[in-house]
Amino acid sequence: MTNLLQTPEATQNWYLLLSTVLFSIGVIGVLFRRNALIILMCVELMLNAVNLLLVSISAYSGNVDGQVFVFFIMVVAAAEVAVGLALMVSIYRSIGSIDINVLNKLKW
Amino acid sequence: MEQTISALSAMIAPALLIPALPLLGFILISLFGKKLGHLSGWIGSLMILGSFVSSLVLFNGIGSEGKLNFDLYEWIKFAGTSLSFGFLVDQLTLVMLLFITGIGFFIHLYSIGYMHDDEGFARFFSYLNLFVFFMLLLVMGNSYLVMFIGWEGVGLCSYLLIGFWHKNPAYNDAAKKAFVMNRIGDLGFLLAMFLLLFYFGGLDFDTVNNAAMSMEKGSGLLILTTLLLFVGASGKSAQLPLYTWLPDAMAGPTPVSALIHAATMVTAGIYMVSRSNILFIQAPPTLDVILWIGIATSVFAAVIGIKQNDIKKILAYSTVSQLGMMFAALGLGAFESGMFHVVTHAFFKALLFLGAGSVIHAMGGEQDIRKMGGLLKFTKITGFTFLIGSLAISGIPPFAGFFSKDEILANAFEGNKVAWILLSLSSMVTAFYMFRLVFLTFFGSFRGTEEQRHHLHESPITITLPLMVLAVLSVIGGFIGLPAVFSDTHTFRSFLNPVFEQGHTLVAEHAHPSHATEWMLMGIATIAAFVSIGFAWTMYMKNKTLPEPDEQLSGFSKVVANKFYVDELYDKLIVNPIKVLSDLFLVLFDKLIIDLIVNLSAILVDVTGRTYRLIQTGNTGFYVFAMVISMVLFLLFQIVL
Amino acid sequence: MLSLELLFIPLFASLLILFAKGKAARALALVFTLIQLLVTGYAYTIFKANGGAAFEFTQAWVKSPVINIHFGVDGISLLMVMLTNLLLPLIVLSGFNRETKRPHIFYALMLFMQFALNGVFLSMDAFVYYIFWELALIPIYFIAFNWGDENRGKVTIKFFIYTLVGSLLMLFGFVFLYLSSPQHSLDWNTLTQFKTCSCNQTWLFWLLFAAFAIKIPIFPFHTWQPDTYKSAPTQGTMLLSGIMLKMGTYSLIKWLLPIVPDGFKEWQAVVITLSVIGIVYASIIAIMQTDLKRLFAYSSIAHVGLIAAGVFSFTQQGLQGSLAQMFAHGINVVGLFFCADIILSRTGTLQISNLGGIRNQNRLFSSLFLIVVLGSVALPLTNGFIGEFLLLYGVFEYNTWLSVFAGLTIILGAVYMLRMFQNVMSGPDSEHISSFPPLHWNEKLVLILIGGLIILTGVFPAPILELTQPAIDNLLK
Repeated sequence: MTNLLQTPEATQNWYLLLSTVLFSIGVIGVLFRRNALIILMCVELMLNAVNLLLVSISAYSGNVDGQVFVFFIMVVAAAEVAVGLALMVSIYRSIGSIDINVLNKLKW
Repeated sequence: MEQTISALSAMIAPALLIPALPLLGFILISLFGKKLGHLSGWIGSLMILGSFVSSLVLFNGIGSEGKLNFDLYEWIKFAGTSLSFGFLVDQLTLVMLLFITGIGFFIHLYSIGYMHDDEGFARFFSYLNLFVFFMLLLVMGNSYLVMFIGWEGVGLCSYLLIGFWHKNPAYNDAAKKAFVMNRIGDLGFLLAMFLLLFYFGGLDFDTVNNAAMSMEKGSGLLILTTLLLFVGASGKSAQLPLYTWLPDAMAGPTPVSALIHAATMVTAGIYMVSRSNILFIQAPPTLDVILWIGIATSVFAAVIGIKQNDIKKILAYSTVSQLGMMFAALGLGAFESGMFHVVTHAFFKALLFLGAGSVIHAMGGEQDIRKMGGLLKFTKITGFTFLIGSLAISGIPPFAGFFSKDEILANAFEGNKVAWILLSLSSMVTAFYMFRLVFLTFFGSFRGTEEQRHHLHESPITITLPLMVLAVLSVIGGFIGLPAVFSDTHTFRSFLNPVFEQGHTLVAEHAHPSHATEWMLMGIATIAAFVSIGFAWTMYMKNKTLPEPDEQLSGFSKVVANKFYVDELYDKLIVNPIKVLSDLFLVLFDKLIIDLIVNLSAILVDVTGRTYRLIQTGNTGFYVFAMVISMVLFLLFQIVL
Repeated sequence: MLSLELLFIPLFASLLILFAKGKAARALALVFTLIQLLVTGYAYTIFKANGGAAFEFTQAWVKSPVINIHFGVDGISLLMVMLTNLLLPLIVLSGFNRETKRPHIFYALMLFMQFALNGVFLSMDAFVYYIFWELALIPIYFIAFNWGDENRGKVTIKFFIYTLVGSLLMLFGFVFLYLSSPQHSLDWNTLTQFKTCSCNQTWLFWLLFAAFAIKIPIFPFHTWQPDTYKSAPTQGTMLLSGIMLKMGTYSLIKWLLPIVPDGFKEWQAVVITLSVIGIVYASIIAIMQTDLKRLFAYSSIAHVGLIAAGVFSFTQQGLQGSLAQMFAHGINVVGLFFCADIILSRTGTLQISNLGGIRNQNRLFSSLFLIVVLGSVALPLTNGFIGEFLLLYGVFEYNTWLSVFAGLTIILGAVYMLRMFQNVMSGPDSEHISSFPPLHWNEKLVLILIGGLIILTGVFPAPILELTQPAIDNLLK
């Protein structure tokens, strides 16, 4: 057990575990929450889970490519949050709710 | 050019002048017709006179021996084949040239008087000149292709002139009918040309004749080619079953009927067969077809002629009948006799038509002979010349028609006795209806209105002069071809000899009828004609019978008066089915079937879209769920596979 | 280099006209089309018909896939370039007394169309050719869509998608050819020298043929055509019928025949039969048409059917005839549609039953109209005869019976054309026509030029035939 936690592989496994848990929380949140804002936050959580994974693997393998990617993702996520929140605000203003069960106008 | 005989090269210029003058006339009159006014009639006539003089020069220069054959330029060139635009003037052409330009001139002259008050005076002469141009091209061409230019060109002019009074829809129908019927024949001509071009290696007469000479007699190719050529000829020369346009063509002004639909254009078919005599001699079955179609047409049209009451229609059917007789002569291999009848027929039929025009002129446009009668008193010149024409067509010696007809009958007697009997019958019927016409029109008492009686007058000199000239020709025209019993040399035949001698070498010389037989045949023909005339005299002069009004007709005479319902039959069998087919094609195939298939592709896209849009529920949760499930499934596949 | 000039004059003019206003636009259009005509005339005078390409221009464009800009003309292309650049000034001039909405855009599109058409005929690389082929569709779509009649929406979409489907198939064909050619090139010279195996040619033929058959159109791909001709503005119809459908027949000779010769021979019988059916079928439909433009549209289907049959007869005279007839048909059909437009602008109707008696009122127009009609029924000494004679002879050499059926066109053609002429021009004055004002100067000029061309090229067809002869010899080798 100590082995498990002390070798570089072992540390890596904890990171992996953490990011998987984070990602799953995100997925479950997206699937089961009805508030669009929380769904958005869950999406962010998923992105950050991936970021974490990228950073850890990058450190483990000694390759900086992963870290570069993380920056990319963070930039995109920031942009996405800006657009997403703006949409939320706009939807809330016009409909008065951001419950996704109410937001079903976009269909045939 | 290499075919030009150098001694004759001086003749090229006058030869070119012959078609060029009428073309020039056409261009001048159609461009400046309005300004020229009635001068255009004189210009048009002078152009034809010029052509006539040139023809005389040519006649003098070429004579009975020479032959002028030259190419103007290469017209259509492809793949080593070159089809030239060239002219051929030999004795056959000379004969045609002389009477086309000669009679053409007099008919132009006549038209100046006849069309004097017509608003389309200049237009009329431009069309007439154009017609003469194409007709001259037809007879002067040195290949089937150049002949075909003239062939279609005269068809066009005939169309324009039949529908000359284009405000009248019935006239337009007649014009259209003439053109379309001619086109049916033209398709035959065209296909024949393809055969000639493909198997004979050219379209000029020399090439074709030389090739035909060396071919086996009666080969399938020759028979097919000649039959197709004959289809062309029967369209243009109004033979069964393509004759129905000619009687309708009488809608045109009378000079047109005289020039185009009696004297010149309708004889183009006979000219064409004579020109290709070697081809036809090499295909005896075709000659038989021609013989029997000619005879059938001759008898059939003559019978219809009995019951017609329109003065021009009677003459039209008589033209069809006479053309049938000419074809019968060709079918018997007697090309010279056929051409001889073409010439004499041109004289007396032009005379008859112009006379009829003069009568119509005097009657103020009336054409029904039941409303005429006793006109001889009022229109002496017209009456007497018309009588001469009728005597000529009936075959009374010594008028022109007697000699040419007698020659055909003598040939028929030698060749085929049944043909002889039928042709004699047709000839008798002709004499009967012609004198029915003469008696009803010029003798007895006047049956028209009082107003018409006041209007009756002899026509002006421009009209009567051509009548008199043609009457003289109808009297003496036959002497160019005196039969053997009168004269040792048959002038006309020996003149044409260079054209036909090559063909004659291909057939076994059959014995000429003995003088006794000839006398007998002439006697029979003359007596038969007199009997017919006598019969007509008894009916219409002695008993003063009048043709019944149309509604009182019954039985066979009604069928005859209605021309055996051939037009109606054609309508039912050909015209109406095409109309039905047209609607069927459009509605059923175009709109329904083909468009359905085309639209089906659009419908397919449409249906697909409608189906897939059901997935778009609008429920965001569902979208997210679908997304996650898809990702999981994707990953699973990645791992498993 | 001359081919570049031929391309850039109309392109430049098209851009320039966009900035012109009102009458200046059409004046500019006329000036530039005339300049283009002069250049074309110059090209004709210095062109030596020897079967090879002249005025070539080559320039590498894309490295991978290998696409070279390659222009050049042989006798066949030059004839089509001449037709295009001869008709354009006439078409532009024909609109001189008409009010056109937004003329600068209209004429700019027209000149752009000229650019694209010239490009199609000049291209020697299949990819460049394909680009121009598609490019030609764009201006005519906008012309038909913005200046057409009330049905234009549905009709133009049908036309657009129909032809687009065809070109897409052609593109597939070219892509396959590119991949299978050893040098990986789409140059005309490469494609014609390298022959893919006949197993591939069988289906490759249909990929290429589909595009051409729709454009021509050959029965049964024709249903877009009458509607489009009817709905498009007349000048657009002139472009479509006079030049654009020649893209199809031209491509049969220039692209289809040399590239897939085995497929061509394999499907020869099928296509020639379809063409001949199309001739009779369209002629019979034309007889009962009640609308002048639709009648001309169906007559056009019949005529191009004969052209296609001549091409597929695979004989010297068939190919020669098809080229002569393309040239003749371009002139005649523009004349016919122009006459229809003149009638429409004066009477407000194209219904044959409402017309009549125009001959009584306007002699000059009726004479000129008659000349065009005679050209289109192929009377000897008009341009139509040369083409039809050679075409029918070509079909005859292929199969005698087919030529009899194809030959029905000369009878049926006379029936529908004369019926039309009689009902529209002759007869008593129609109550629907109060007056028929005399022709405007530009109308007179256009019709006289067309009539003159009809007779001139009918009497002296040799220049056309000599121009294309060496190229055809090359093809049949």
